[in-house]
Amino acid sequence: MPKVTVDGVELEVPAGATVLQACELAGKEIPRFCYHERLSIAGNCRMCLVEVKPGPPKPQASCALPATEGQEIRTDSEMVKKAREGVMEFLLINHPLDCPICDQGGECDLQDQSVAYGRGASRYDENKRAVTEKYMGPLIKTTMTRCIHCTRCVRFSEEIAGVDEIGALYRGENMQITTYLEHAAKHEMSANVIDLCPVGALTSRPYAYEARPWELKKTLGIDVSDAIGANIRIDSRGREVLRVLPRINDDVNEEWISDKARYQVDGLIKRRLDKPFLRRDGKLVPASWGEAFAAIASLNPGNSIAAVAGDMLDCETMFAARKLVGALGSNLLEGRQTGMDYDTSSLAAVNFNSTLGGIETADAILIVGSNVRSEAPLVNVRLRKAVKAGAKVFLVGPEWETTFGGEFLGDDLSVLGKLPAHVGEALKGAARPAIVVGGAGLGRGGLEAALALAGEFRLVRDLEDGTRWNGFNVLHMAAARMGGLMLGYAQKGGIADIVAAKPKVLISLGADEVDYTRFADSMIVYIGHHGDKGAHAADVILPAAAYTEKAGTYVNTEGRVQMADKAVFAPGDAREDWSILRALADAFNVSVGFDSFEELRAAMISEVPALGIEGLADYGSDLPAGGGSATGVIAYPVKDFYMTNPIARASATMQRCSAELLHGEEIAEAAE
Amino acid sequence: MADRYIEPDTPELRARWGNFAWTAENAEKAKDIIARYPAGRQRSAVMPLLDLAQRQVGAEENTQGWLPIPVMEYVAAQLDMPIIRVVEVATFYTMYNIAPIGRFHVQVCGTTPCMLRGSDDIIAACKKRGMKKGHTTPDGMWSFTEVECMGNCASAPMVQINDDNYEDLTPERLDAVLDALAKGETPKAGTQEPGRHTVEPSGGPTTLKQMVTENHDYRGEW
Repeated sequence: MPKVTVDGVELEVPAGATVLQACELAGKEIPRFCYHERLSIAGNCRMCLVEVKPGPPKPQASCALPATEGQEIRTDSEMVKKAREGVMEFLLINHPLDCPICDQGGECDLQDQSVAYGRGASRYDENKRAVTEKYMGPLIKTTMTRCIHCTRCVRFSEEIAGVDEIGALYRGENMQITTYLEHAAKHEMSANVIDLCPVGALTSRPYAYEARPWELKKTLGIDVSDAIGANIRIDSRGREVLRVLPRINDDVNEEWISDKARYQVDGLIKRRLDKPFLRRDGKLVPASWGEAFAAIASLNPGNSIAAVAGDMLDCETMFAARKLVGALGSNLLEGRQTGMDYDTSSLAAVNFNSTLGGIETADAILIVGSNVRSEAPLVNVRLRKAVKAGAKVFLVGPEWETTFGGEFLGDDLSVLGKLPAHVGEALKGAARPAIVVGGAGLGRGGLEAALALAGEFRLVRDLEDGTRWNGFNVLHMAAARMGGLMLGYAQKGGIADIVAAKPKVLISLGADEVDYTRFADSMIVYIGHHGDKGAHAADVILPAAAYTEKAGTYVNTEGRVQMADKAVFAPGDAREDWSILRALADAFNVSVGFDSFEELRAAMISEVPALGIEGLADYGSDLPAGGGSATGVIAYPVKDFYMTNPIARASATMQRCSAELLHGEEIAEAAE
Repeated sequence: MADRYIEPDTPELRARWGNFAWTAENAEKAKDIIARYPAGRQRSAVMPLLDLAQRQVGAEENTQGWLPIPVMEYVAAQLDMPIIRVVEVATFYTMYNIAPIGRFHVQVCGTTPCMLRGSDDIIAACKKRGMKKGHTTPDGMWSFTEVECMGNCASAPMVQINDDNYEDLTPERLDAVLDALAKGETPKAGTQEPGRHTVEPSGGPTTLKQMVTENHDYRGEW
């Protein structure tokens, strides 16, 4: 723990800290461009210069200088001020003065820091450098003349994403950042380089020229495109969501989000259900709310009613539907739309117990039936970190392109019953062994077989440092899954039980992956926001709110309860889901016990207290014994990463990504 | 140097170089080069391998050699490294040619010591022979670039042609060298000044004169 003095104030800093970190601990702001907490140190922008004694009598780059005992650091001296002004002047020499037409304007590090640390005018009157645009795919717009060569994007793609595709070509003044032969950046996290870029060189293509940051209303939300529950900031103007940015949460998404989470929002204004529809003579025709409710009530279902929850629902909606169905005397609730029927009697057995942050520390990981890259890109980033720290990874399932190596053991679940000797040894010898079971690995006895392995390899154990380690993980794909399971959205036999019950009325809460042909005799009431598969099969459509248009509680795959706020209003006649269900209760003439969202939330928390506490829900760490044998060839459910939910399917950006990045179509660039 | 650009990746380029592979002799050399580096650090061999590849390309098309994109990909595949990292290396170092080049790459030093000793005349002599900065002559013989200091200031002015330096040039001496090269001969590399061996002072030493013939002990004279 070296002691250093920053601007006359003595403080102790952690061993291994850099001078820049020491200054930050002392509360001093150090300007920087290339330094980033989550990337390796490059030391090439020179903006973080400070004066350090003992040392050479010149300013030093604080980001790359270790703090050592007895250092005297000055961030406020004349030398530092001049050094910063000089560096800033050099950076601006080749930087175009196009802030008025630059999308980064208003949230640009270079702009902010030149105001704070620059000298105000340039002495340079030669020609500026110009660099040709580089094509980086449908998501990243480039204006490479603005690039200041901080190489954050290069380091991100190499270190975090694990796909070496961005590099710095040529040298010196001619240095250019580009992808190989200007191929599109092809991974699920590529757009994070837009946030990393401290200038306007890499900006968001779909958001280009849409808005200035100060026009936007910023709402704290939770992403629903996968089960990770990434923390997002929803930027909206008027009634439209313009973009989604990640929020920093080290426990969940660090500061990244997947491209789908970021760019599916343009689907929120396409194919929307903005008024109720009724099926008359086989055709869906617009109706009023009154007509729609009357049509449902006239069926008088009694207790012959069931609810199926979609993948992107908040807990409040599911709870309201549960109350409604319960008030009518039914308990037919299901959320696993595609027919999975794994045992949910122990929530610990279907939870990501090691936590997302914890999986980084695992030293032997067995992944069963999960294409992590497309099912949970943020977990893939964590797995890569684990492997970099020395973890061994084994995978059961068809081969996919991992970014962390790993050994594929076979694509049949039966491998679980006869693991190769070296895999068993690795798991047995590990201090923190972990198993990750994906959606494709849960069925056909896979969960039970994995639980048996969990017992065999003692995945639940007390570590030497006294903490408890539970390495048994289930990686879900639906944002609503854990919340649904906590609220009882699971039948013993899965959705087949609901089919067998032949309900008169089936309430579909944004459930778009259900095979509705099996409900031919039921009246299907679709409460959702997009005209997708569910709406096509519906007899009544009640337009509801998407995740940006309602406040809600979400539980991610590790059982973390998180709350989101409402950013914008739902379009047209669409209403928030809970109010539709409340009105349905009136139509059925039953009482659900709440009249406002606050009452609903309070009722939900009193019934399921865990949903009232933000943070990890406690499911205990006792796992069922499992056992039995699993067989069957694993087939990953996500065929197209960019098209997994109705919002993404409606999004022009996601459609283009799917066509261009996954199906290799050539998209002709419009002349600008 | 300012106008260095990778030769575009065209179907013709792929057709010509797509099936590039080491010759038997070079495959052996490549194996030796890779073996110089510790296990797991094979990527370090990228620079010598690129050089070897450039020479093989040169031997195939009778030029100084250059690195077409498919050849860089071949090297990347052999070293199991991302192609973008190979391209970064190849574009950074100017001794890798990343566009087609002529039989002889005439690199004239134009930095101050050479300039003071008459590199302008050397450049003029090159231009008189039809060379143009940054271009290859139509017959494919000469590629001409002006470069910065090559470290031969004591025998300035100088040119570097492929692997050899030619120093102490005058336009006439340069012509003689280029004529010899054009005829397929191998002119003497190094200084072109008669009577000079390397970079010792012209006309004999001006200091430590007694050291020329014996190991003279100067200490008594200080």
